[in-house]
Amino acid sequence: MEQLFTITGTTLTISLPAEIDHHSSEQIRREADRLVQKKNIRCILFDFSDAVFMDSSGIGMIIGRYKMMRFMGGSVMAINVGERMKQILTMSGIYRVIDIYEGMPQQSGLL
Amino acid sequence: MQTQTDKVLQSRVCQNEMRLEFDSRSCNEGFARVAVASFLTQLNPTLEEVADVKTAVSEAVTNAIIHGYEGRVEKITISCRISGQELYVEVSDYGKGIPDVRLAMEPLFTTKAECDRAGMGFAFMEAFMDTLEVESEPGKGTLVKMTKRISRGTSKGPSGYERKTGQPESAVKSGGDSEADNQTAER
Repeated sequence: MEQLFTITGTTLTISLPAEIDHHSSEQIRREADRLVQKKNIRCILFDFSDAVFMDSSGIGMIIGRYKMMRFMGGSVMAINVGERMKQILTMSGIYRVIDIYEGMPQQSGLL
Repeated sequence: MQTQTDKVLQSRVCQNEMRLEFDSRSCNEGFARVAVASFLTQLNPTLEEVADVKTAVSEAVTNAIIHGYEGRVEKITISCRISGQELYVEVSDYGKGIPDVRLAMEPLFTTKAECDRAGMGFAFMEAFMDTLEVESEPGKGTLVKMTKRISRGTSKGPSGYERKTGQPESAVKSGGDSEADNQTAER
């Protein structure tokens, strides 16, 4: 699998692939859920650096992870969101429920 | 002689069709949208227009795979037609069909919430394309028809060749810019 899953403390960082469609979001979902169940994850951070394409399947995947994190008292964040991805996130409304940062949140002093 | 070649090339640009049939596997979603996007390039679309069409095609194909065939591997057909600056796309499956199309098109409506479906497929198609029509019959299948007008004419293409052989009519119509005027003057 191309995208990288890194765990730092209780944060799971998912480096999203270039194209986030039904096919790739299924893979991400499976791996993310496996890691969340196995490790003590309280925050999922989606890194959009490489992402150029996303459809509603990607939105569904992020909303699903958001619900899971909220249920566990955690949070979901997005970083390095490009213009197109921002448009998709805004249209879907998840822009309002997940936190979006320009760079790594460490730099913003939030972690 | 020059004008004759121009006319032939022009008619080729004006009307063009393609048909694509592939298995309803999720790994084909990327292939399907890229195929439509590359067919579209002859209209010299902007990057945003390409992204819009890709998203809409991806939504329609994903719907056919997840809802139409519910994971079964059967055939999905995409037909594309270019007429002038307009792109027509039809995505059809011969699967389950939609009992209530109006309800299915409601934003956030989904029959597969447990599979992390956002219920935004049709909303995205509607938002990114100019027109959207859905025909469906339970047990027969679903046909999604979409159109999109590509604003930037071939006359404004980056290559000189495209500029010369592009559609002079639309260049004149879009008018106002001196480039189009020059072209008409040359002729």
